[in-house]
Amino acid sequence: MSVPFYVSPEQLTRDRADFARKGISRGKSVVVLQSSEGIILVADNPSKALHKVSEIYDRIAFAAVGKYNEFENLRVSGIRFSDMRGYSYDRSDVSARSLANAYAQTMGAAFTDALKPLEVEIVVTQLGEKISEDEIYRLTFDGSLADEHGFVAIGGQADEINQMLGQSWKSSLDFSGALKIAVEALTNQANADQEFDALNLEVAVLDRKKSGRTFRRLTVEQTDKLIKKS
Amino acid sequence: MSDLSYSSSFYEFLKLNQGGLPIKNNKMEQIVHGTTIVAVAFAGGVVMAGDRRATMGNYVAQNDIEKVFPADDFSAIGIAGSAGIAIELVKLFQVELEHYEKIEGMPLSVEGKANRLSVLLRGNLGLALEGLAALPLYAAYDPKRESGRVFSYDITGGRYEEHDYFAVGSGSLFARASLKKMFEPDQDSNFAIKIALESIYDAAEEDSATAGPDMARNIYPVVVKVDEKGFEKIEQSQLTATLNKILAGRKNRPDGPIARHS
Repeated sequence: MSVPFYVSPEQLTRDRADFARKGISRGKSVVVLQSSEGIILVADNPSKALHKVSEIYDRIAFAAVGKYNEFENLRVSGIRFSDMRGYSYDRSDVSARSLANAYAQTMGAAFTDALKPLEVEIVVTQLGEKISEDEIYRLTFDGSLADEHGFVAIGGQADEINQMLGQSWKSSLDFSGALKIAVEALTNQANADQEFDALNLEVAVLDRKKSGRTFRRLTVEQTDKLIKKS
Repeated sequence: MSDLSYSSSFYEFLKLNQGGLPIKNNKMEQIVHGTTIVAVAFAGGVVMAGDRRATMGNYVAQNDIEKVFPADDFSAIGIAGSAGIAIELVKLFQVELEHYEKIEGMPLSVEGKANRLSVLLRGNLGLALEGLAALPLYAAYDPKRESGRVFSYDITGGRYEEHDYFAVGSGSLFARASLKKMFEPDQDSNFAIKIALESIYDAAEEDSATAGPDMARNIYPVVVKVDEKGFEKIEQSQLTATLNKILAGRKNRPDGPIARHS
């Protein structure tokens, strides 16, 4: 009988983390920013059908990078989780915090128990009445949950983009201003000599002016207009 | 959280978890009932209106209940019958449409929406046979046809597309007879709103479970409009103006407008 080869838990965890990180770093980035008008989600995503940012609930949105099938599954679970809560209790009882916790459990369990960890990184964000009441949660492949303020980037060049946004982001920015610095940060990182086209952007907002379902996708024309607005 | 096989239906998902509409009650006389809902098509859309009375046996249980709701951005649902079941059904239908839209990234077709409502109703068939029925009237704007559409239902989930106008609830026969004499095709939404209010007034005169406009308390029928711009609840100010005209007309002729002969 053969004895299974011993691997220390430290080694196992490191290997799994490296594996997930490698998968995520190959992908493009997504930026989520707070602004005076609401929360804006900007993805470097040329596809018009396969979304990286989407609506979860009245004031909650979802952004993801990594393997499409894996984060799509998380997105659907999130919608089900939220609709079930809102239907059983009340629409006002659905919160990004509880959703982020549920995601953290799922991703953490996948990291330790599944055959391979999830190669995804996600952001769950909730629009507040005021900018100070907005919530942004960032979840990594191992289920760790971080509470972010102002802005957050996930994906391949997250560190560099976060650094750039750290210098340009202000709470007084409106949608147009926030989109502009997001595009600047994504451009500098993605491909310095390539002009960023609205066609390659997927943009959505949680609009503070709206009541009920506040999520709204921007068309290419709307995005273009918003970038050029000064 | 990590169930891989999914359909886009919230109702199917709910059935797995809770087994459908979560209502059980046998004490019929304590059940609150809702009453007259009408829908009237106009050029490019449809208007829906419902009176505000809820009854419990002989009593008026509530005089400002609302029985007409948005189903999604481009459709309205009005509902008659046991209020508890009716309101729960509306709530479930709203989540059903929104759930599909979020998961699929696009709304259902008008037929798709009308069919889903059938399925939800059939789920309540057992209770409906015990007397706890709720019957909806569904009105939607169809962007493909650029017109309003009206669907009525029976308790088994049977779905019937209506033309021009329809009514459900205990006062529906009177409202329908009234609409039959007043309806004219290709009119604007103001005309549709006016005859919808006239028909509820007529129904309230014949049916004790339907209320007319309560001018003293400013409680008017709920009136909504669905057209290419989406769902819109008609403002109180517009209703006041229209109702004042209707009441002035009825001071001259209490039975309402005379159908024209040609």
